[in-house]
Amino acid sequence: MPAERPQDAHIFVHNLTMAYGSLVIQRELTFSVQRGDIFIIMGGSGCGKSTLLRHLVGLQAPAQGDVLYDGQSLWQVESDERERLMRRFGVLYQSAALWSSMTLGENIALPLEQYTDLSPSRIGELVALKLALVGLAGFEDYYPSELSGGMQKRAGLARAMALDPDILFFDEPSAGLDPISSRRLDDLILELRDSLGATIVMVTHELASILTIGTNSVFLDADSKTMIAQGDPKKLLAESHDPKVRQFLTRGDPHA
Amino acid sequence: MDAITPATHPQGTLTVTRHAVDTRCVRLAGQWTIQAALPSAAEVQAQCLDAPRIRRLSFEASDLADWDSALLTFLLKLKELCDQSQVEFDQAGLPHGVQRLLVLATAVPEHQEARRASQRASLLVWLGQSAIAMTEATYALLIFLGQVVLAFGQFIRGRARLRTVDLWLIMQQSGAQALPIVSLISFLVGLILAFMGANQLRQFDAQIYVANLVGLSMAREMGAMMTGIIMAGRTGAAFAAQLGTMVVNQETDALITMGLKPVEFLVLPRMLALMLMVPLLCIYADLVGILGGAVVGVGMLHLGAAQYYQQTLSALHLMDFVVGLIKGTVFGVLIALAGCLRGMQCGRSASAVGAAATSAVVTGIVWIIVSDAILTVIYDILWI
Repeated sequence: MPAERPQDAHIFVHNLTMAYGSLVIQRELTFSVQRGDIFIIMGGSGCGKSTLLRHLVGLQAPAQGDVLYDGQSLWQVESDERERLMRRFGVLYQSAALWSSMTLGENIALPLEQYTDLSPSRIGELVALKLALVGLAGFEDYYPSELSGGMQKRAGLARAMALDPDILFFDEPSAGLDPISSRRLDDLILELRDSLGATIVMVTHELASILTIGTNSVFLDADSKTMIAQGDPKKLLAESHDPKVRQFLTRGDPHA
Repeated sequence: MDAITPATHPQGTLTVTRHAVDTRCVRLAGQWTIQAALPSAAEVQAQCLDAPRIRRLSFEASDLADWDSALLTFLLKLKELCDQSQVEFDQAGLPHGVQRLLVLATAVPEHQEARRASQRASLLVWLGQSAIAMTEATYALLIFLGQVVLAFGQFIRGRARLRTVDLWLIMQQSGAQALPIVSLISFLVGLILAFMGANQLRQFDAQIYVANLVGLSMAREMGAMMTGIIMAGRTGAAFAAQLGTMVVNQETDALITMGLKPVEFLVLPRMLALMLMVPLLCIYADLVGILGGAVVGVGMLHLGAAQYYQQTLSALHLMDFVVGLIKGTVFGVLIALAGCLRGMQCGRSASAVGAAATSAVVTGIVWIIVSDAILTVIYDILWI
């Protein structure tokens, strides 16, 4: 743990309680994410990982608590302020969520058109660059439905990077991908973190990804409805004595 | 007992034999498959479980030719009956696969909370729930309306974030591409009006007034109404399906995290497009309807084309078209609102998209008719 106060961390989640109406999903989550972390949100199916992500990116208001970005509150402010903060995020959704009525080029160009005064030709160059970074150079005029699942994910990543965000959020990036594509996506994420200096927050239950690229994590438990472990997943695997965490990280193999 | 049953009529049979004072053995034979005629667990119960002092039920399956899930459901039912009567269910005599599946099926006890209670609600409960649901729906509608008004304000100040390309595309889809269907329907409506009128007016030898009847009803009422209903079915449903699919696919979430408001980016262009296109289609429908009336007037009532034209001109005033245009504009806004509202409210499943489209058409048509009635009363008060 760094010496600075937790609320000065890059992302500081403070006493966050998430609920749908009266149904509490997770309560009293408190953890922090440091700059440059690849932070993993893990836990069994249905424990509220994706819901936590929706709270972090500003899509769903918490029942209680707050999320601070470099000390700035996300939820205790007016919606204009929140939108300004949200512009620093890039989000890759589980289904890639590319706008299906637009080509890949238009998908990536849209945020640039909306938030910059760049000329169309400059935007075109930037779009080509982002697509090249994710290995889709030349696919500007394709519609999302014409691409494979793995290509859609990478195009979604290119769109998430359009505005050079400080923080990239991934919701199950490797869901539905074959092992090799999912490995390549991991490498790409690692590469982007190192070269862009972005912080990455990722919901996943892909064990291989968690243990290879994760540098910090939080483990949500559906039964007790709160977090039961946090820290470097490799350390958790080596040191944690919590049976649920151990079971998760070893795929339930008692001899591992 | 004959274990081999004819292949045409697969049949599973059982016989209960006595093994000991407190033990009965069920001998299973034949085909215990879904297609076969099978005895029920209740028969076994009647034959032995009800008898006192029976403590154990065993099985013998050497004559069992074939089995599938039908046998398993039978055995599970029988096991339940055995548990109730405190009879031991000895499954050792069953085929190995059946035993393992039985263990698997009973390994995890039924999750008590998982089964949805399907109790019948009383009338009062139902009434209360409907009232709450209606309040919530009204609240959601008001929020949506507020968002649309704010977005419209942003648009007027030139600060709304939307793509003009989208606006043109939607205008083309909902305007130009609706021309064939609007032509057909309004032509036929003009024709029908003329027929109806001709039969009555002929009795007074006043066929020429067919021109007045068709002209006025198309311009003031039917043009706008028919266009509105066509657009509710054609474009309102399309809007709901488009936005609904975007909600299901998290595309609206992606807009929000990019700082784009779905109401500005998706709803506003659709509303603007219909606000402009429905009145234009409405004028077009008026003219085509009058043409339809003229076909009947000239072809069937033997009025001269020039005479019919003159009569129509003298009957119609500019105000009549304005009245229809105002209605058309209002209908356009309502259709777009209904379509977009239902789309944005869409749940996260494929069937929810279908429900949203259906609901958009119903809502759109209801709003059209109700607003038409209100506008007609207002016109009457204002002597327009």
